[in-house]
Amino acid sequence: MKTICLYFEIHQIIHLKRYRCFDIGRDHYYYDDYENERSITDIAERSYIPALSTLIDMAKSNDGAFKVALSLSGVGLEQLEIYAPKVIELLHKLNETGCCEFLCEPYSHGLSSLANEECFRDDVERMRKKVKQMFGQDPKVFRNSSLIYSNEIGAMVADMGFKGMLTEGAKHVLGWKSPHYLYHCAHNPNLKLLLRDYKLSDDISLRFSNPDWSEYPLFADKYIGWIADLPEEEQVINIFMELSSLGIFQPLSSNILEFLKALPACAKEKGIIFSTPTEIVTKLKSVDQVDVPYPLSWVDEERDISCWLGNVMQREAFNKLYSVAERVHLCTDRRIKQDWDYMQASNNFRFMTTKNTGVTLNRGIYDSPFDAFTNYMNILGDFISRVNSLYPVDMDNEELNSLLTTIKNQGLEIEALEKELNKYKKKAAKKSAE
Amino acid sequence: MKVLMFGWEFPPKILGGLAVASYGITKGLSVQGDVETTFCLPKPTGEEEKFLNIIGMNQVPIVWRDVDYNYLKSRLPNYTTPEQYYAFRDHIYADFSYMHVNDLGCMEFAGGYPQNLHEEINNYSIIAGVVARQQEFDIIHAHDWLTYPAGVHAKMVSGKPLCIHVHATDFDRSRGKVNPTVYSIEKNGMDHADCIMCVSELTRQTVIHQYHQDPRKCVAMHNAVYPLSQELQDIPRVEHPKEKVVTFLGRITMQKGPEYFVEAAALVLQRTRNIRFVMAGSGDMLEAMIHLAAERGIADRFHFPGFQRGRQVYEAYKNSDVFVMPSVSEPFGIAPLEAMQCGTPSIISKQSGCGEILENVIKVDYWDINAMADAIYSICTNPSLFQYLQEEGKKEVDGITWEKVGLKHRAIYEELIRNNRK
Repeated sequence: MKTICLYFEIHQIIHLKRYRCFDIGRDHYYYDDYENERSITDIAERSYIPALSTLIDMAKSNDGAFKVALSLSGVGLEQLEIYAPKVIELLHKLNETGCCEFLCEPYSHGLSSLANEECFRDDVERMRKKVKQMFGQDPKVFRNSSLIYSNEIGAMVADMGFKGMLTEGAKHVLGWKSPHYLYHCAHNPNLKLLLRDYKLSDDISLRFSNPDWSEYPLFADKYIGWIADLPEEEQVINIFMELSSLGIFQPLSSNILEFLKALPACAKEKGIIFSTPTEIVTKLKSVDQVDVPYPLSWVDEERDISCWLGNVMQREAFNKLYSVAERVHLCTDRRIKQDWDYMQASNNFRFMTTKNTGVTLNRGIYDSPFDAFTNYMNILGDFISRVNSLYPVDMDNEELNSLLTTIKNQGLEIEALEKELNKYKKKAAKKSAE
Repeated sequence: MKVLMFGWEFPPKILGGLAVASYGITKGLSVQGDVETTFCLPKPTGEEEKFLNIIGMNQVPIVWRDVDYNYLKSRLPNYTTPEQYYAFRDHIYADFSYMHVNDLGCMEFAGGYPQNLHEEINNYSIIAGVVARQQEFDIIHAHDWLTYPAGVHAKMVSGKPLCIHVHATDFDRSRGKVNPTVYSIEKNGMDHADCIMCVSELTRQTVIHQYHQDPRKCVAMHNAVYPLSQELQDIPRVEHPKEKVVTFLGRITMQKGPEYFVEAAALVLQRTRNIRFVMAGSGDMLEAMIHLAAERGIADRFHFPGFQRGRQVYEAYKNSDVFVMPSVSEPFGIAPLEAMQCGTPSIISKQSGCGEILENVIKVDYWDINAMADAIYSICTNPSLFQYLQEEGKKEVDGITWEKVGLKHRAIYEELIRNNRK
């Protein structure tokens, strides 16, 4: 029996403000509050709220036959909590229907999986806790920022106890193989991989409302027909996209939500069911391993990481940022930790891309990749100097770590000794009173 | 195809950007093989390259003189033959004996931009009447306002299509306070032209809105650069591990926006002292800039080496880590392209025409000194940005060639000739 696995991503970055080199050392607030509020409320109103309402309706009206998976980035969630609590409410409602699975992803939506294992684990664990705390679900399946995946990342994720992971069904990796099966990680067979069918996914998220497309207009029965016509053995159809595709990239006026609503009924007719990622990884067996020595992602035609780390500027920014990763990890300053999350978001690197993809990229407040780079490096300069001012720079991290441990242990010891001292003092006081 | 071109400057005698552009355009046309260009100059030096025919306007008679063949041979420079002289003499079209002419019936030119420029422009157009009657050609091409009257005259005489090339307008030179005489010459030339080639979209918009021209006959025709000669390529780049050098190079006049460079420098120097600023060139605002730098308290980091010529220009580029061109209004602006050829990243104002064809430069508004300072600081402190702009900028500018510009010219010529026959 064929099954559709539908998954949506919710993520919005915290926009950085215009930060000049003269501000370094003087201004430690890096964010454009106006733009953050404007963009998140706009997206919530035009996309998240109508789309989530539709998903709730679908879950309620199909008696459990419709299932969907969602993942949120921590930074996106923070923004929703502040500016669009309505979306959080809807997420809770959707969770109550029992038809929705929440996946885990890195809190910052950053590229830490490519840079620093400790930082990555920390990033993931915090999001895991957050999901557990908000929705009462313990995520079993992981999706990395922009579906970035390689063998090593797979091994790390498996090591953290995840059963499955979502990634891109990239042609250069799969070759003749089909994405419609369950695969496993080459370094750890316990981690199952669900591969995105980019054709069927992009039909909805990229092409749905394009009148020049040969399949326009697309209706649910036709779409389900394509899935039903796939060979009998191909059982898992993974359709992954950003939630903002519904409403922002494909306007609501294109009736994309009606299309979505009609999917479960059409699927039922053809005997196709919906499943969540966890159901798939527990029920089905993996057919083969997928070997991914170099990282892939779901972005651009190349499906690699070149849109974040393709040019020297991006690599310098990336290396500079993660050069302080250990220091940030050691420190306990909450503001630094928070800035660290926001600065890691992969979008910041995307703004610096110089790739010519033929599609115009919305660079936000930036004129050009150079402008984006300059602004980011200014902020990073200030951030790094703050991190360095916490502990002496000329001390290496291991030494610092052991010192910090010693200090912590000594603190604990002193506390214990004080307790004991108090105990004896009291005893002594009692005795002298007697 | 034969092109009759009117110009005021041509290498090896270079007074401004016009000579370089004239050379590039004619050279670009010549490599196509079947385009024959005749270039009219007020006063050739005789050392021009031979890929095109040069007519010295100071050797074209406008008053009939009975001169002996052998005398002519001794009087004329080697690039004009007596036969050529006689041919021109047969086409004198009016009595100009009241004009100031020499023993050959020709008028002398001072060359360059003398005090009596308007008189020379007029003389030039009188002579153009003789040339246009004698020469055979398919199209007329006139460079900059000095030669527009000559172009219009030639069109009147021959009925061939006229193409004028706007390298700059008086609006750019004067920040809007135009000289009415110059404006009227420019406007008259544009009104008579069949096609107006502008060196950028920016200039094209000026032509359309300030000179009220039909947008359909205005085309943007961006300039290009010639690859550096081996000698210039061999000038070594100077690395500055400790103190970076930021350079402004050009005329220090209102049009080039030098005061914004000084203000941006003052801002950068608040942040770091490890950068030196160089303002090379001369002009009527030089003193004011020296005062301004002193007033901002940055004179110890700010240098004025004066006017640079020839090889010195390239040495200055190669000795810089950043090149800045904050022009208030720049029709095209070849300097950043040359800096990029030398491997120096450039910051240009958005009000510069060359920005339309360049990707790997940083563009800021000329008045936005904060952004300019930020960009300067960023290139000086982030090696990757420097490296990217250097490498990609070099690649980009190497792809901008006069040969491509020549092909575009040819397409326009052909269309004009086709339409003219109808």
